[in-house]
Amino acid sequence: MQEDVINLIKENVIQGRITKDDEGMDEGMVGQPGVTELVEQALASGVHIRDIITKGLSGGMNVVGQKFEAGEYFIPDMLASAEAVGAAMQILQPRLATSGIKTKGTIVVATVKDDLHDIGKNIVSMLLRGAGYIVKDLGNNIDAQVIVDAVREEKPQFLGLSALLTSTMARMADVIQMLEESGLREQVKVIVGGAPVSEEFAQSIGADGYGADGFQAVAVVEALASDIES
Amino acid sequence: MPREGILVDKPYERLTKEQVELIHQVSMQILTDPGLISFNREAVDILHGHGAAVEPIAGDHQSWQVKIPEQLVLNALDNAPKTVKLGARNPGNTLIMHGDEPRVYFITGSETNIWLDVDFPAYVNKDDPTREIRVPEFKPRRGTVDDLCQSAHVCEHLDMVDGYIRTVNIQDRDITEENKDVNKFFASLNNNTKHFMSGLTSLKQLNNVVRMAELIAGGKKALEDNPIISFITCLVKSPLQFVEDTTDTFIEVCRRELPVAVSSSPQAGTTAPIKEAGIMAQINAEVLAGITLGQLVKPGTPVLYGSVPVRARMDTLSDSYGSVETSQYNIDCAQMARFYGIPNYSTSGVCDTKIPGQQSSIERLFSDIVVAMSGPQYLHCAFGLLDCNSVFCLLQAVLDDAHFKMIKFFLRQPRIDQPEMEAALKQMRAVVATPQKLYISYIRPVLRSGEISGIYPFEGSGEKDDVFELAYEQMKDLLARPVEHIDRETTAKIFEEIPGLLPRLNVYERGS
Repeated sequence: MQEDVINLIKENVIQGRITKDDEGMDEGMVGQPGVTELVEQALASGVHIRDIITKGLSGGMNVVGQKFEAGEYFIPDMLASAEAVGAAMQILQPRLATSGIKTKGTIVVATVKDDLHDIGKNIVSMLLRGAGYIVKDLGNNIDAQVIVDAVREEKPQFLGLSALLTSTMARMADVIQMLEESGLREQVKVIVGGAPVSEEFAQSIGADGYGADGFQAVAVVEALASDIES
Repeated sequence: MPREGILVDKPYERLTKEQVELIHQVSMQILTDPGLISFNREAVDILHGHGAAVEPIAGDHQSWQVKIPEQLVLNALDNAPKTVKLGARNPGNTLIMHGDEPRVYFITGSETNIWLDVDFPAYVNKDDPTREIRVPEFKPRRGTVDDLCQSAHVCEHLDMVDGYIRTVNIQDRDITEENKDVNKFFASLNNNTKHFMSGLTSLKQLNNVVRMAELIAGGKKALEDNPIISFITCLVKSPLQFVEDTTDTFIEVCRRELPVAVSSSPQAGTTAPIKEAGIMAQINAEVLAGITLGQLVKPGTPVLYGSVPVRARMDTLSDSYGSVETSQYNIDCAQMARFYGIPNYSTSGVCDTKIPGQQSSIERLFSDIVVAMSGPQYLHCAFGLLDCNSVFCLLQAVLDDAHFKMIKFFLRQPRIDQPEMEAALKQMRAVVATPQKLYISYIRPVLRSGEISGIYPFEGSGEKDDVFELAYEQMKDLLARPVEHIDRETTAKIFEEIPGLLPRLNVYERGS
């Protein structure tokens, strides 16, 4: 019985269905419970949160990743699945501490001051949630001081900064500088991204990682997370 | 169900109504003064018998000046069917063409002498031997029956090819004038289930190819109902001459009431006036002369208004299919054919350059887009043709298929209506209330519905241009896919009844 509901969660992650109203990939799924309803159902039936996350949510995302690699899935499919996992994590988050499960980590994301572009940052946020991270999205046009304050209060393991303009990408360096001045730099890994940003630029401002796109951003965060653990 | 083609809702037209009328009027004048020179006696007799003024021309060759009165042309235009059906071995590949409906079908052709092989030899950098690149090399050679089989095979699997005109002239040692027609018809029909149109090398072979088609279609009546073959005849040589042998062929095809494209191919600057007004009035007169003769032979014969106008190259005086004017003439002809309500056989996509590459892509894509936009029904759009219609490259045909996917998608009618707007409004109201403010989740329902155009299929990775190599791989994949050959029993009957077929074309007897 417990295996059934976990398999259903996994299947609905693959289908990218958050609720019973979502269509998913296959025909005739509307009306059947989606990931959020199934997670509630699993919790009510006493399924351990660890199994929900590892076998259901992560298991589903692994399959989605394979389908994307094979060219069967496109980015909208990936994002739908990632959103479904993100919605499930919202439900599970309050219970994580009491169940003794360590989260994969928290990441604060923001588009820097004077830059209103946030599509890339939003997509990265969705993918990170789908990968099991807790994402605190500060929004766009965010003052460096607000970002530093958020790092101080939320104590995230990661900070993601985004900029789309050559005129605003320098603000990323300002944020890193202020983190150092505030004594917070050592406690957070800074990842930068955005159209004008490059690996070289990331290194030049002292960032810890650079993501050329959403998928690379997640991969960089995962790699840095491994470094932190080891 | 016939093939869909693509309906061009608002065809691109260059001519005003007055200009169309003027071309028509001047064409009528041309048909009476100077009229046409006919080298074909039977055409003269037929036209004379219906009121055309005829006078012998003094000289070595027997020829006559024929002046065709306007009423004869108008009657012929009344008699010519306004809807033409071109059948196919697979009935799902049938083409239905209405003269007043700009529904475009993409067709291959025409016959070239040279087949272009492609290979990808590796080249090593002299300064850094670890660096190696593969560069496409094209090697021309004379076309063979085997090449024609391969071409028909691949075109069977190219989604955008709606009908097949043989792309390569078969020049094997064992091919003669007597057996060329039966072998080119069989090689094409046996490897392709789409409609097949061809010219005829020898009139003596007409009965044989028609009989072959009857055997495949299931009998004489079945061929009438499902004309799996049709003919193309350039009976009028520009300027304004009925050719002796092709006109014979045309008359015989009309007697059998098989569909036929009445094609004329004047070259602006040499065989037609260099300016648009002149070539348009002349080609229109030439096509109308052919249609008139055909309808006098057999009223109701299904005909296509066939236009292959080109401009001359100023450096060689050869055909310049890549010139911009060539596309303009073809667009004008599509409009003239629609004016008469007769389906149009049009031309696009032939390029001047000899090998696939940037010039080839630019020239062919330009004319393919603009001519397709004008809404000709039977767009003989030169899949794979290069070097002004003298070279065929199968790799280029595969590349062209991708072009036509884009063009076909582009020509789709806009879908803007109340339900679409209501759905869009609903999405907007929902999305602006979300933190991400992205419409991405609404992509999925349409992602696999065919409503979104695809990525260019031969896109390379990173900084490398892999177009030719990827297209070559696809070409090999298509060749590896089986085709539905004519069944064993019918094949046996064909080989029994039709003389001159090469035994190696019988797929059931190979190796035995």
